[in-house]
Amino acid sequence: MFKILKKQELSPGIFHYDIEAPRVAKKAQAGQFIVLRVDEDGERIPLTIADFDREAGTITLIFQVVGASTKMLAAKNEGDSIVDFAGPLGQPSEIHENMGTIVCIGGGIGVAPVYPIARAMHEAGNKVISIMGAKTKDILIFEDKMRAISDEVLIATDDGSYGVKGFVTTALQQLVDRGEKIDQVTAIGPGVMMRSVVEATRPLGIKTIVSLNPVMVDGTGMCGGCRVQVGDEMKFACVDGPEFDGHLVDFDSLMSRSRMFRPQEAQAKDHVCNIGLGR
Amino acid sequence: MALVMEKHKMPEQDPKVRARNFQEVALGYDEDTAVAEAERCLNCKVPKCRQGCPVQVNIPAFIGKIKERDFDAAIDIIKESNSLPAVCGRVCPQENQCEKHCIMGIKGEPVGIGRLERFVADYQLAKNEEIKPIQFAEDAQKVAVIGAGPSGLSCAGDLAKMGYKVTIFEALHVAGGVLSYGIPEFRLPKDKIVRREVENLQKLGVTIEVNAIAGRLFTVDELMGEMGFDAVYVGTGAGLPHFMHIPGENLNGVYSSNEFLTRCNLMKAYDFPNHLTPIAIGKNVAVVGGGNVAMDAARTSLRLGAENVYIVYRRSEAELPARAEEVHHAKEEGIQFKLLNNPVEILGDENGWVKGLKCIKMELGEPDASGRRRPVAIEGSEFELDVDTVIMAIGNGPNPIVASTTPGMETNKRGNIIADEETCATTKEGVFAGGDIVTGAATVILAMGAGKKAAAAIDAYLKSKK
Ligand SMILES: Cc1cc2nc3c(=O)[nH]c(=O)nc-3n(C[C@H](O)[C@H](O)[C@H](O)COP(=O)(O)OP(=O)(O)OC[C@H]3O[C@@H](n4cnc5c(N)ncnc54)[C@H](O)[C@@H]3O)c2cc1C
Ligand SMILES: Cc1cc2nc3c(=O)[nH]c(=O)nc-3n(C[C@H](O)[C@H](O)[C@H](O)COP(=O)(O)OP(=O)(O)OC[C@H]3O[C@@H](n4cnc5c(N)ncnc54)[C@H](O)[C@@H]3O)c2cc1C
Ligand code: SF4
Ligand code: SF4
Ligand code: FES
Repeated sequence: MFKILKKQELSPGIFHYDIEAPRVAKKAQAGQFIVLRVDEDGERIPLTIADFDREAGTITLIFQVVGASTKMLAAKNEGDSIVDFAGPLGQPSEIHENMGTIVCIGGGIGVAPVYPIARAMHEAGNKVISIMGAKTKDILIFEDKMRAISDEVLIATDDGSYGVKGFVTTALQQLVDRGEKIDQVTAIGPGVMMRSVVEATRPLGIKTIVSLNPVMVDGTGMCGGCRVQVGDEMKFACVDGPEFDGHLVDFDSLMSRSRMFRPQEAQAKDHVCNIGLGR
Repeated sequence: MALVMEKHKMPEQDPKVRARNFQEVALGYDEDTAVAEAERCLNCKVPKCRQGCPVQVNIPAFIGKIKERDFDAAIDIIKESNSLPAVCGRVCPQENQCEKHCIMGIKGEPVGIGRLERFVADYQLAKNEEIKPIQFAEDAQKVAVIGAGPSGLSCAGDLAKMGYKVTIFEALHVAGGVLSYGIPEFRLPKDKIVRREVENLQKLGVTIEVNAIAGRLFTVDELMGEMGFDAVYVGTGAGLPHFMHIPGENLNGVYSSNEFLTRCNLMKAYDFPNHLTPIAIGKNVAVVGGGNVAMDAARTSLRLGAENVYIVYRRSEAELPARAEEVHHAKEEGIQFKLLNNPVEILGDENGWVKGLKCIKMELGEPDASGRRRPVAIEGSEFELDVDTVIMAIGNGPNPIVASTTPGMETNKRGNIIADEETCATTKEGVFAGGDIVTGAATVILAMGAGKKAAAAIDAYLKSKK
């Protein structure tokens, strides 16, 4: 059993959990994720390692309630435990010194997984410019954390309630327009967002890394459910990724595949609502 | 006494009924039938059957005990060489192994060795005997086993009985390997058999840690270093699904057999939404492949409610690698065999879902390296099969996570770990390996046998070091 040591609602429907998992914390690196199950009949769902504390032996998860499993997870309280927690999974982000200027883009909940990467980039001595995007000011998360490790932070909101009005790509364009020399972009967020970032950087020839979130089952390379088309190769996001060269990713198929279980997901959500979240 | 030339029939659920439920198909012999079947055994001086069994179970001896109705003695004899008889009695390809060589098979049908093995194993499990925990010595040496499939489980059991403190590290949240995630409930009940075998091992004193992915949570070097293990057995199986790399494999409605079976068996999607993992099944399903895995996926599809289920296989019936019994069961249940056909493309609709499978007809040409006649495409014979779900069951390769994080442990060009056939020793001192990770996808009994061999070799190795 894995205990929830801290629970905090960052903004409506977005939660911060610190989970006790000392061995995972010891090995965790930026860019990796875990797979968890809330209870004995639960689904295996992947969540990014948003932070880790090797001394305290904890892993921080930031998740958004979207369906049955995340709803059940959100219904847990401090001191409660979840049954399964496996990781760290996936390849760590490639981070080293002298990479130059890195633009780290997080859209919505994607800010959480981009944070440890941005921090590691910063710690390696690179120049980090962060772009955070959200629908509106109230649901923006991690702003202080991101400011603490970035040389500069740009914010974009759909409704213009904070920062520039528009998308993360609007902010990216501002950087380009002012002549910022960008060596790499790392973008994490919804599929549509990552695709627009990739389309924006492609003509400029800026290397762009994206972290993909296909539906997963085991997270160890056993089921092939997380396969994505990267260039002319089929890759398993859980072992080969989750990060890939964005210019090679087939986003259409990725986004289409993430809708494969839509009707069932709706049914599962109704089910947990009806029978109660504690089960 | 006149010889009975036919095997006693296995009581089974009616095909029409069972094709829609997940309960076990074969119901097992009762005592009288078991004894009557045992009577058919001639107790041969040179028992050919034994040579056919990969672990050389003493078949005539255990069958002799069944004749005497001494079922406890029978199971003890089997367990000398096979630690998972309730499993092997159910899933061994007996017609290619023990029963293939049975003398009774020359004129009539061979003795139902597998069925008898299952009978005594079930008899013992039903007795629910108390298992005495092993008293380990204070300074007992420690062995780590990676992977809780049949290979790892049998290695761990044998080592524990020799007095070693064993911890099994399993990546998934449940032990059992393919027995838990791959082979369906209706062939191998999970709670009744697999979980029981695992629990018995734990009662004996073997520690099982789930959610423990070797190569990620710790490396083999760390196991033998700071984690204090004296030897390691790697039994990580062949769990990496192959795809055909034809157009359309990323469409919605396409699964690997591993994903499909894992959702259904391990995650119990057949009981959705009580179990929260979903599975989407269409009306018409094509399963590509001809092995046990393909039969399992096809029969699972029927049980999930598909109307038409096709096996698409590029060779002919004679070359189907699946167990004869499973092919027979599949046909009885209404699986349609599209033999000598090879998929060339999966066709999609405007929403990204499968709407058909384009195949080409094949004919058998000259024998290839495996001795089987090679299928050759008949030019211009393409046709479309009207399906909305495609399951790829064309084989599995080795998962590279452990090998790629273990310097000094060599693999061959296919990625399988190189290990000595007799001792299972790898090229890295103190590290042994066996089962599907060494041989490529094979059988439960071979994986189990390798675990036993390795346990003996690890014992010898650790004694020599002391
Ligand atoms: C590598 C990776 C890292 C992720 N990190 C985070 C994170 O840090 N924070 C966060 O909020 N979300 C993250 N996600 C997404 C998260 O896994 C899904 O939101 C979650 O599984 C939804 O489950 P549900 O039952 O609540 O919703 P559902 O109603 O079942 O699904 C809602 C949507 O989530 C996706 N999804 C559903 N099941 C799965 C599954 N088993 N695996 C992957 N995606 C699924 C689908 O696109 C689906 O349409 C990550 C996904 C991946 C693959
Ligand atoms: C659908 C299907 C049907 C089959 N039917 C039959 C049949 O009827 N008869 C028959 O004899 N054989 C059958 N087989 C083959 C048989 O199941 C396998 O040969 C056998 O299970 C191999 O045993 P193993 O212990 O080597 O590996 P596995 O059973 O594959 O177990 C390996 C275990 O190691 C774990 N693991 C992998 N990597 C790691 C890691 N890095 N860290 C920790 N744990 C790890 C896996 O999660 C798994 O639990 C079938 C196989 C399948 C897939
Ligand atoms: S282990 Fe398998 S091959 Fe050996 S006797 Fe039993 S059923 Fe036959
Ligand atoms: S070969 Fe057949 S008849 Fe002879 S001992 Fe073996 S099982 Fe009995
Ligand atoms: S999640 Fe199963 S292979 Fe990646």
